[in-house]
Amino acid sequence: MTATFECRGLSKHFGATQALDGVNISIAPGRVVGLLGPNGSGKTTLIKLANGLLSPSEGEILICGSRPGPETKAVVSYLPDKTCMPQWMNAQQLMDFFQDFYGDFDRQRAEEMLGRLGLDQKQKLSQMSKGTKEKVQLIMVMSRKAKLYLLDEPIGGVDPATRDYILDTIIRNYDPEAVVIISTHLISDVEKVLDEVLFINQGKVTLQASVDDIRQQYGMSVDEYFREVFKC
Amino acid sequence: MDWVFNNDMPIYTQLVDKIKLSIVSGQLPPGEKLSTVRDLAAEAKVNPNTMQRAFQELERAGLVFSQRSSGRFVTEDVEVIMEAKKAMARQYVESFMKSMEQLGYAEEEILHLLEEGKKEEKQ
Repeated sequence: MTATFECRGLSKHFGATQALDGVNISIAPGRVVGLLGPNGSGKTTLIKLANGLLSPSEGEILICGSRPGPETKAVVSYLPDKTCMPQWMNAQQLMDFFQDFYGDFDRQRAEEMLGRLGLDQKQKLSQMSKGTKEKVQLIMVMSRKAKLYLLDEPIGGVDPATRDYILDTIIRNYDPEAVVIISTHLISDVEKVLDEVLFINQGKVTLQASVDDIRQQYGMSVDEYFREVFKC
Repeated sequence: MDWVFNNDMPIYTQLVDKIKLSIVSGQLPPGEKLSTVRDLAAEAKVNPNTMQRAFQELERAGLVFSQRSSGRFVTEDVEVIMEAKKAMARQYVESFMKSMEQLGYAEEEILHLLEEGKKEEKQ
């Protein structure tokens, strides 16, 4: 079986700064994976490489067996860590926009989720609260029937109830054929939702293990284990 | 079901314990149809694969069975359920005794305390 997401000897440097250093990862379909690491560890660089927004200095990154390009972009659904969607659009216009751009956009699914949110469909993104905006953007991204979902800090900076909503949306849209990668440092909130975690530190992947294996082996949660490993 | 998890144990074993408790306590009666993995995972806010693993464990223990097209059910074999109930009770007793021993009580004293506790509860 081809891995949905694979890195082989992947390195990226910006001038003298080594952002990623010889990363090897392989993720099979059906997994929900946490990309966990301190600030500046290389999480966003890795996600940008997967999107083809950056290109590797060495090694390669493969999505369903192909290097990032038009064909992988068609199967990768990406939620950046910064707001990316046109702020003057309302939910209806956003759906039109996604439908135009992505063949795999499931409008009915998006409408259902937006309906449950009880949103004023005419409200522009720019008029929404931060939490609502995050929810709407996540709904758009999760409404694509993609092979790989890359969620960069989807729960950063929102209240706990909104966090629950976001994690619930991820669980309810679970697709056994797809991979979801969630980058975050709010580990205790996401760990129940994850199959496995990748610890990344100073550009190196230091651990790839299942959540329950970590709990079994160390008798503590992934959050506690992370704090121990990355103690300052 | 209350879906609160401890930090020091795998999540799937805690799911197994919680569902088992519902079965042996009769909250989920013999032959009862269970919700789908997806729905239960959403309810417990856990990864669907983790919930799936818990069900596999319960199937191995004979407490639930799946029928290809119609879903998953609690076993109708009451003996298996009673056996699981006893095993759980033994586990509780064992961990209780261990805690009491750590407090420095001998077996007789523990029994005495239990009697006392029962009386107090009645009052």
